[in-house]
Formats: sequence, structure tokens, C-alpha cells
Amino acid sequence: MSGPSTYNPKSGFERWLDARLPLPRLMHDTMSTFPTPRNLNIWYTFGGILTFCLAVQIVTGVVLAMHYVANANLAFDSVEAIMREVNYGWLIRYMHSNGASMFFLAVYIHMFRGLYYGSYKNPRELIWIIGVLIYLLMMATAFFGYVLPWGQMSFWGATVITNLFSAIPVVGNSIATWLWGDFAVGDATLNRFFSLHYLLPFIISGVVGLHIWALHVPGNNNPLGIDVKSPQDTVPFHPYYTVKDAFYLVCFIILFAAFVFYSPDFFGSPDNYQPANPLVTPPDIVPEWYLLPFYAMLRSIPNKLLGVIVMGGAIVTLVFIPWLDTSRVRSCRFRPLMKQFFWAFAVACLLLGYCGAQSVDAERFGVPLVWVARIASLYYFAFFWLIMPVIGLIETPKKLPASIAQSVLGDNAATPAE
Amino acid sequence: MQLKTHASRLALGLALGSALLAGSAYAEGTDTKRHHPKDEKFSFEGPFGTYDRGELQRGYQVYKEVCAACHAANHLSFHNLDEPGGPEFSEAQAKALANAVRIQAEPNDKGETTDDKGVPLMRPGTLADHFPAPYANENAARANNSGALPPDLSMLVKAREGGAQYVYSILTGFHEKPPAGFKLAEGKYFNPYFEGWNISMPPPLTNNGVSYSDGTKATIEQQAHDVTTFLAWASEPKMEERKRFGFGAMVFLIMLAGVLFMAYRKLWKDQH
Repeated sequence: MSGPSTYNPKSGFERWLDARLPLPRLMHDTMSTFPTPRNLNIWYTFGGILTFCLAVQIVTGVVLAMHYVANANLAFDSVEAIMREVNYGWLIRYMHSNGASMFFLAVYIHMFRGLYYGSYKNPRELIWIIGVLIYLLMMATAFFGYVLPWGQMSFWGATVITNLFSAIPVVGNSIATWLWGDFAVGDATLNRFFSLHYLLPFIISGVVGLHIWALHVPGNNNPLGIDVKSPQDTVPFHPYYTVKDAFYLVCFIILFAAFVFYSPDFFGSPDNYQPANPLVTPPDIVPEWYLLPFYAMLRSIPNKLLGVIVMGGAIVTLVFIPWLDTSRVRSCRFRPLMKQFFWAFAVACLLLGYCGAQSVDAERFGVPLVWVARIASLYYFAFFWLIMPVIGLIETPKKLPASIAQSVLGDNAATPAE
Repeated sequence: MQLKTHASRLALGLALGSALLAGSAYAEGTDTKRHHPKDEKFSFEGPFGTYDRGELQRGYQVYKEVCAACHAANHLSFHNLDEPGGPEFSEAQAKALANAVRIQAEPNDKGETTDDKGVPLMRPGTLADHFPAPYANENAARANNSGALPPDLSMLVKAREGGAQYVYSILTGFHEKPPAGFKLAEGKYFNPYFEGWNISMPPPLTNNGVSYSDGTKATIEQQAHDVTTFLAWASEPKMEERKRFGFGAMVFLIMLAGVLFMAYRKLWKDQH
């Protein structure tokens, strides 16, 4: 962990344990005394919020699995039985289904925060890359989970997504058959998706461990994007950030609870309350909102294989960001040009999400949305592969403050704050 | 056009879906998209809304005497009828309602499921039984409804875009006159709130089609309102529990946030 350990075992038992399994030392150094920049803002609370989301999904998911039946003939009814017959089953299930949306809401804020403050830059490249891996695992887990209620959207969503693999030349159809365990989405598919849906969250937990470990080596980035230079720049994680994270976490839970208790089907599709029927295609097959930007990219390309490549490329691109950004300055606060392109990027992502939710031939103000999606997709790739490297070279950043302490405390920085 | 074709192929099934819808258009290029549902107000709307017991009990009557002739409601059991947050019939009433229906019996001591003549053995219903379906299977249902399948009603309000307003609009939308030139498909009924405007269900409600024992006048609108409330409850029988629980949770969370905010401000007062 960052810096020498400050753990001082007090009792005989703590000394005994510390010499054998220094778990208290690990907890002490990572969650108590860990020096954390004193200027972290609200956007830095989402790491903790995401840990909470993962825990909620695992706990509610384990309980749901006690009542769920992974069988194409029984799955839909078993979910309804959870809603009606199981004590507080409705609560567990609504927490789990809305929890997925809240998880993605938090992860998108977390990612955009990382992008804005340059948290992916040296020396935090691996934190970012591990984060992209977590994001990818989350998408897979969410997709598998959405299939399990075996409603119309579950079934047809699974059909559309697994069919994408058939775009791969030569072996595509074999891969699709292998994924299905059958010649179409069916009982075998449902069973393996359930198995994987139960497995992946634990893999995510492990990778989250790596993410946090990698974070604790260089320590947090901060909104100024400058390095911690003296102890004055930091405060101990506990109690300063435990209480701040706790407050914002509870605010987040209030939003979460508002959906669970007052609009539990807000993110869902009515079609998914109809049992899966392979003979009836819903008029519009729309994935969950958090996948819509990628879905829009896929649909905007008039060639299936190319569409799949573009969609995959959009995620793979994220891995290279630490080296695509050529600027020496991390935070967009001091990057007047990059800041504008960053917000344009955020708008492009929202536009893609909007286009993904509309029918494929929709128009707005006489403009075919497929063209809006194309331009937004183009900007998505240009932002990373063209704008990021070039801006870093031509932009003149604003003057960076001398230190975090000086920026936060002004002239008081001369006298120690603690 | 080329582009659209490709895109449709990509989104698999989108094309099929729109082709099905396009098939019911009454004239080339004329829109038969379903009308926006009527803005009917229900007692169960809003964060504190509950189901009106009278509407639920009358709605059950409409369901039983009218809808249940063709529609199943598989997810409902008779014990739901006396549970809190539902129609709240007394247990004796719910038992009597269950007792009045005949359910196919389990195999008897000899392992028989039919009598000597091959007629299935029946027994009276109990609170544990699900509502019996009107038809043995999907094929039987279609055969009796000129090919159309009456959807299961226990999830209907949640399974339709527009929810309760949509169901109410369908039930009260039959009397509207089709626009000039609209050709009704053979054996179908005009209903502008249904996608494509051709619905297979004949107008189910008539004025005084049921007689309410509580003296409420059984207009089409009243019956539609009552049965829609009943179907909303059928879709979401734990709604009242959910909202009540949610209110407590919200009060607790907001108080907790307040305490944490004060601790946060106090602790950080001198740190930034």
C-alpha cells in the first residue's frame, strides 16, 4: 500500500495475529489511515457507491436464486411466485432489477469522472484498464440476468445478442450454436446463462479487489489532477471520507429506493411481463437503457459484421485511453480545449443512447436518427483516436496550482491543518 | 431503402414486427397506430394511492361473470382474495367463492383421474387453488375464439404499454365510430385504442350487464373502471405493502441522510 504502514498492534492478540495474518493491518492501512487528497468532490464518492451496488446485487441475487427455477417452462412463473408468494419477494426482486440500473448509472458517472479528471493517466493506467474489465463483466452479467425472467424481451434480447456472434466469418454459426447449446435460444441457453449469471459477480468481486489494490498504490487522483506532495495535501480516509462517502451513499440509496418503492418498472419493458414466445416477435426489441449507446452504433452500420466490430471496438478503445491522451495535464479543469470536447463526447453518448431507444427508421425534425447515430458514433471514435492525441499536443493548459493544500486552504496552507 | 433493409435485418425481428403491423393498415399510408389511452384516474395512482376495496370487489364480479368466460388469470389464487391489500373478502367469502368452482381432481386412491365413463374427476376449489382457466390449452382457446388467443389477465396491466389506462380505454373504446374508408377485418371489432384498430375481442361490457349488490349503477364505464382496478391489483397484489414499506424506508433514509450530513459538515468544517 501507499507509504509505510502506520498500524500499531495494541493488544497481545493483535500482535499475535499481525505476525501471522496481518488482516487488521491491511484494514487499518487501506480504510483508516490511508492518506486521501483533501479536495475530492462528490464525483469521487461513486467508488464506494459501486461497492455498495455490487454487494446489494450479490445479496439480493443469492436470495432470488433460492426461489428461482432455471427452466424454460417454469422460469417466468417462478419469478411471478417470488413477486406474489415469497415474503418480501417483491422487495428483493425489485431491488435486484432496479439495482442493475443503479449500478450502471453509478458506473457511468464513475467512468466519466475518471475521463474528466484524467484518472487513467500515469501512474493509474492499470486502475483504468481493470475498470474497463469490470465494466465489460458487468455488461455480460446484466445481459445474462435480463434473460432469466424469460419474458418476451428476455428471449428476444438473448436472440438478438447471441445472433451477433453469427456475424463472425466461417465459424460464426458454430459459435452461436455452441453458445445456445441448441439450435436456437431455449432451455439449454437459459440454464447456462443462469449459471454464468451466478458466477460472474464473484469474478467481478475479485477484479474489484484488484481495482482497489491498484488504487491504493499511487493513491487517489483528485479534481486538480496534481500529485500529492506533502501530508498537508491529504486527510486520513477515516473519518473524513468514510463520513462523506456515507452521506452521499445514503443520498444515492434514496434515489434507488424511490425507484424500488414508487416506480419499480420504470426501467423495464412491459413486454417482459409477457412470457417468452419464440413464435411472436415484439414490435421493437430494445435492450436495457445502459446498453443503448452500443446498440445504436450496431444498428447504424449497414453491415452486420462491421456493426459488431464497431460495437466491440467502442469498448476495446477504452483500454487504450491511457496512451491515447498525450497531455501532461490530467484534469480537464486546466484543459480549456479538452473540456469542450469532453462535454461534446458526453452529449454524443447521450444522443447514441436516445437513438438506440427509437425504432430503426425513426426521424426527428426530418433527420433520420440512423444518421444522428452515425455521426455520434464517428465522434465517439474520433474523440479517442484523433482528438485526444492531437489536443494533448496543441493545447496550452492553464497554470496548475502549486499544491492541493494551497488550492484548498489558500494561504493557510503554510500552517498545518491537523 | 437499401439501408433500411439492412438495418432491419440487423435488428432481427424488427422487420417482422413492423410487417405484422403494416398488414392491418386500412389504406395505403394511413396510420392505424393505437390512440393514446384515455386519461382515466384511479385510486391506486401516486405514492400513497391504494386500491378502492369496493372497486376491487365489484371488479372481481365483472372479471368472474364476464372476462373469465374466455380469459385465464393463472397467477391468482383464491387465497389472494382475502389477503390485505386486495379485495379483502372475508376468509369465509373467499372459501365460498373457491368452493363454487370445480377443479380437476388429483388422482384418487386407485390412481384414477377419470370416472368409469372417462369423465375427469372434479372436486370443489380450495383457497390454495389457482383461478381455473376457461380452456384446457392454447389450441382450445384459439379454436373457441376464431383463432385469437385471449391473453392471461393476471399480468395484463403490467404487460401493456399504458397500463391501467390502456386496459380501461380498450374496454370503453368499442362504441367509437371508425373513420370513413376504414375496412374492418373479417370477424374483428373496431377499437382505436388497440394497435391496428382491429381487435378480436367482441365488446365485453354492456350497460347493466352485471348487477352490483351494493347499488352502484353498472354502466359500461363503471364496470370498466372496476374491473381495471381489479386487474391492476391482479398484476401487482403487493402494491399497497410496497408503498407503505417505501414510506417508512424513505422517512428513515432521509433522517439518516440528515444526521450524516451534519456529521460530515462538522467534521470537515476546518478541512476546506
